[in-house]
Amino acid sequence: MPAVVIVNLGTGNLRSVRKALEHVGADEVLVSGNPSDIRNAGHLVLPGQGAIGTWMRQLEHNEELGAAVRERLAPEAGPVLGICLGLQALYDASEENGGTRCLGILEGAVRRFDADPRSAGAADATPRRKIPHMGWNQVRQESAHPLWRGIDDGRRFYFVHSYYAESDDADHVAGTCEYGNRFIAAAARDNLFATQFHPEKSQRDGLQLLTNFIHWNGVSQPCS
Amino acid sequence: MSLACRVIPCLDVDAGRVVKGVQFVDIRDAGDPVEVARRYDRQGADEITFLDITASSDQRDTIVHVVEAVAGEVFIPLTVGGGIRRLEDIHRLLEAGADKVSINTTAVRNPDFIREASEHFGNQCIVVAIDAKRAGDGDDPRWEVFTHGGRNATGIDAVEWARRMEDLGAGELLVTSMDRDGTRDGFDLPLMRAITDAVSLPVIASGGVGTLDHLADGVLDGGADAVLAASIFHFGDHTVEEAKQHMASRGISVRLPV
Repeated sequence: MPAVVIVNLGTGNLRSVRKALEHVGADEVLVSGNPSDIRNAGHLVLPGQGAIGTWMRQLEHNEELGAAVRERLAPEAGPVLGICLGLQALYDASEENGGTRCLGILEGAVRRFDADPRSAGAADATPRRKIPHMGWNQVRQESAHPLWRGIDDGRRFYFVHSYYAESDDADHVAGTCEYGNRFIAAAARDNLFATQFHPEKSQRDGLQLLTNFIHWNGVSQPCS
Repeated sequence: MSLACRVIPCLDVDAGRVVKGVQFVDIRDAGDPVEVARRYDRQGADEITFLDITASSDQRDTIVHVVEAVAGEVFIPLTVGGGIRRLEDIHRLLEAGADKVSINTTAVRNPDFIREASEHFGNQCIVVAIDAKRAGDGDDPRWEVFTHGGRNATGIDAVEWARRMEDLGAGELLVTSMDRDGTRDGFDLPLMRAITDAVSLPVIASGGVGTLDHLADGVLDGGADAVLAASIFHFGDHTVEEAKQHMASRGISVRLPV
């Protein structure tokens, strides 16, 4: 089977993602920023940590790399898994770094958590919100998807982020999570699946999701 | 909000080996960080923290190898503290598979290092460790920041320091009471409460855990978002799972096994 390729934009720790994919049985895992590796990947992983401005700049400054990644995001181009910034970057824009234009694959925006969710209309009893949202939180599965196979609804995954995605388009929302407000924990469309949480750090359920990914053909029909 | 309170076992590592007596009867090599980490992972630990206490500088690399080995087998967040002085140290640990680094002495020596590190790697991976000792007494408690494992007083007020670290870009605080560390008398709850009230960052409470109730108290009375403990887990008094069951029985949201 062609390799699983993890897109390397030089921003952060990709070793854990690679190790986790190897652990669940991926034959060959490449960490690469080489456009031809990205084009030839069987399964593509788009991870990311840190600041989205830096992340998007890497894609824009390296035009060929940016073009290769965009090609892979097209509906027929084979399975892609976005992780953390790899989810946020799929939307139109993020508030981070003074406003960052993103890839615009999915309709929606990325906003910063407000330290006081009460100002966003939450109940008075809601405790003050710590930022970053860091730790294990429950994911409600909003649609059936091959990547949820073997994972019960409401299981906890590891999150660490200060910005979150929201959208008026409910069709692509595969999972949500509650942290003062409900936000998009997983997005899915055609060959894309993306998580705000870190499956590579989410123990058994995270490894199950990665297992499902490497066996996924990139068609988001629920398999029965 | 259903974010779980985290339970974090802490391992002291010296020259690549777990020290301070992990006493699992059914473990082959209690000094092997991978084996111990795997055990805690299975018990449901939410993260694992390694404190590198290696004294000799020519063995500093051993912690990097420890992280590499553990990160290849244990898929939960890993934090490493001890001996971090330069951005390059952070870079190497993150590359090896650590998710966060915990910084104490270097932050005191050069507070701007926290800003640089946070800008460079993102604040999500920068934990500032605050070792605090009581200075005021009775009705007007105050705490002073210490460095070098509690040996050196700094004259800095711990609560003000916590706010300053938040402003400079810390992503999380690990607060250890030096008065309680090793006593098994429970967390210094007024210290934890003073700091959790002062900042909007997640706070990990540490120092003094002797019973499962102490863990719950740290969350309910101290306001902590996570609790860190060593000996109650290492000596086999309690498993991480028992700790979580107990915390759940006191109404705390935790991640339990299916």
